[in-house]
Amino acid sequence: MRQFASFVRKEFCHILRDKRTLLILLVMPVIQIILFGFAISTDIRNIKIAILDSSQDNVTSYLIRQFEANKYFSVEKLVTSQREIDELFRQNKIDMVVVFENNFSRNIVHDGKASVQLIADGSNPNTATMAVNYASSIFMDYQLKIAQNMNGAASVSQFAAESTTSDIGGTTSVAAVTSSGTVTIIPTVKMLYNPQMKAAYNFVPGVMGLILMLICTMMTSIAIVREKEHGTMEVLLVSPVKPLSIIISKTIPYLVISFINLITIILLAVFVLGVPVSGSMSWLLAISTLFIFVSLSMGMLISTLVKTQAAAMLTSGLVMMMPGMLLSGLMFPVENMPWILQFVSIFVPARWYISAVKTIMIEGSGIAFAAKEVYILLAMAAVFITASLKRFKNRLE
Amino acid sequence: MINRDNIVIRTDQLTKSFGDFTAVDHISFSVEKGEIFGFLGANGAGKTTAMRMLCGLSKPTSGEGFVAGYNIRTQARQIRKNIGYMSQKFSLYEDLKVWENIRLFGGIYGLKEDAIREKTEVLLDKLGMTQQRERLVKTLPLGWKQKLAFSVAIFHEPKIVFLDEPTGGVDPTARREFWEMIYDTADKGITVFVTTHYMDEAEYCDRVSIMVDGRIDALDTPRRLKQTFKAESMDSVFTALAETSTRQSE
Repeated sequence: MRQFASFVRKEFCHILRDKRTLLILLVMPVIQIILFGFAISTDIRNIKIAILDSSQDNVTSYLIRQFEANKYFSVEKLVTSQREIDELFRQNKIDMVVVFENNFSRNIVHDGKASVQLIADGSNPNTATMAVNYASSIFMDYQLKIAQNMNGAASVSQFAAESTTSDIGGTTSVAAVTSSGTVTIIPTVKMLYNPQMKAAYNFVPGVMGLILMLICTMMTSIAIVREKEHGTMEVLLVSPVKPLSIIISKTIPYLVISFINLITIILLAVFVLGVPVSGSMSWLLAISTLFIFVSLSMGMLISTLVKTQAAAMLTSGLVMMMPGMLLSGLMFPVENMPWILQFVSIFVPARWYISAVKTIMIEGSGIAFAAKEVYILLAMAAVFITASLKRFKNRLE
Repeated sequence: MINRDNIVIRTDQLTKSFGDFTAVDHISFSVEKGEIFGFLGANGAGKTTAMRMLCGLSKPTSGEGFVAGYNIRTQARQIRKNIGYMSQKFSLYEDLKVWENIRLFGGIYGLKEDAIREKTEVLLDKLGMTQQRERLVKTLPLGWKQKLAFSVAIFHEPKIVFLDEPTGGVDPTARREFWEMIYDTADKGITVFVTTHYMDEAEYCDRVSIMVDGRIDALDTPRRLKQTFKAESMDSVFTALAETSTRQSE
């Protein structure tokens, strides 16, 4: 036991002395959470628009106020001619232009329909689509409001706004059809993204999986291989210390760091991103611990297979990180992958962990709904631990 | 010449094969307590493999071996408690301080904290490194690292210390100082089992064995080996034997 204690102390010394690596390990989850949560958010804010209002009546000015009040738009300029629009687009000053036709209000009152044109900068298709969608929703809100008023008070004229996007934007957004007495609204474009930043919900379990994998697998395998490279492993093996306790003591500091990171991520998720832990906290921690063991044993296995730190890094990078990011469902949904990749993803531990965390933490479901994931992770832990111990013993013979 | 009661290493037809390749071919020899035993051989002659078997790192294919009275097949753990080991890489933790390295190895061999602290002071004083106790090992000159590594290897007062090419890359002055440490150690009754490829160092050993193609082709005191081979120096003895090798050197 005394031997084991001096070992663990030594391992902590290694890590604490390498301040830069320690800092990276502790700060990385914070940066990743913030990056994924805010920067790589799929929402688009501050879409810069210009408005060409040829009608200048009370309906258009109402609609312009709606645009100005909307958090996704920032109205840069009110323009008066097509030439000005071209100029603004060319200078890249705006993402979209809203063009109201002449006699907008009168057309609504008389014909029950009026048209508005949305011209978006198609060179950035993502922003263009979003801009058109957000704009359409403003028109739809207006139509809905009128429709409600109409039901209550017949004095309000029936109308609809018909909006079309220009050939640059390339999407038809909303078509509104009126028939006498009622207003029917048929939206032809769905809201593809959640405007309430809910994207962060999906990233939190992914980042948890990624960080734990990085620390447990990559750092552990590097730490063990480093001893081989420096020749210190030999000295340890000649000593009376059991090989198993050498390995276990190497993993303990990383276990501690993993837990610190886990707590950091959960705290950040709850208090900064506003992602609540809807399910059981203890099950979340239990599943994370299980995943940490899977990753640690994977790191041990890698360390028995390679001879140099560089190889350890590459192997854990290729075997764990790449599939962990691409096939785990963190970036692309597994269900949308071709069957061959879906098959490969079965062997990616992160896929099951992320899925289990989503179930427990985000959906708030009971552990029964994540049972499959737990069993798979348990099996993986058993396989990896057995394999790495076997490899480790063989190497000694 | 050899006192049977004093034998600390004994092998009998010790053999290690990897498939068709016999790395160590039926070697038999004995080493006495307090002896400085030189274990020589060209690269690939099998000395590392033999040494690994004696340290309990590798199981023999056939034959027997006893180190410090324990069977290398079945009692590897007891053997490890009784031996020290130092490799050519000096095997210290570069990112630990001098005293932390000493404490670690003391702890590995189960010494108590108090004993470690006491012995550390004595050791640092003897090495003239008291000023350096807080320094990271990576900042030490090579000669000091080597001395420290050796001191750490015998910190737990083993019966035998195995030195695998301990003087590689060290300047002649440091090598001489190092051999003085080896003599001191042997005087204390610790057996020194050393591999080297410096033939002048072979002259410092009490007895020398020379391995060729997995066999021990010569084993005697340096003086008598030179007589037998009618050679001026150990270098000539070694060259004469190495030429008989049929095995490709690595």
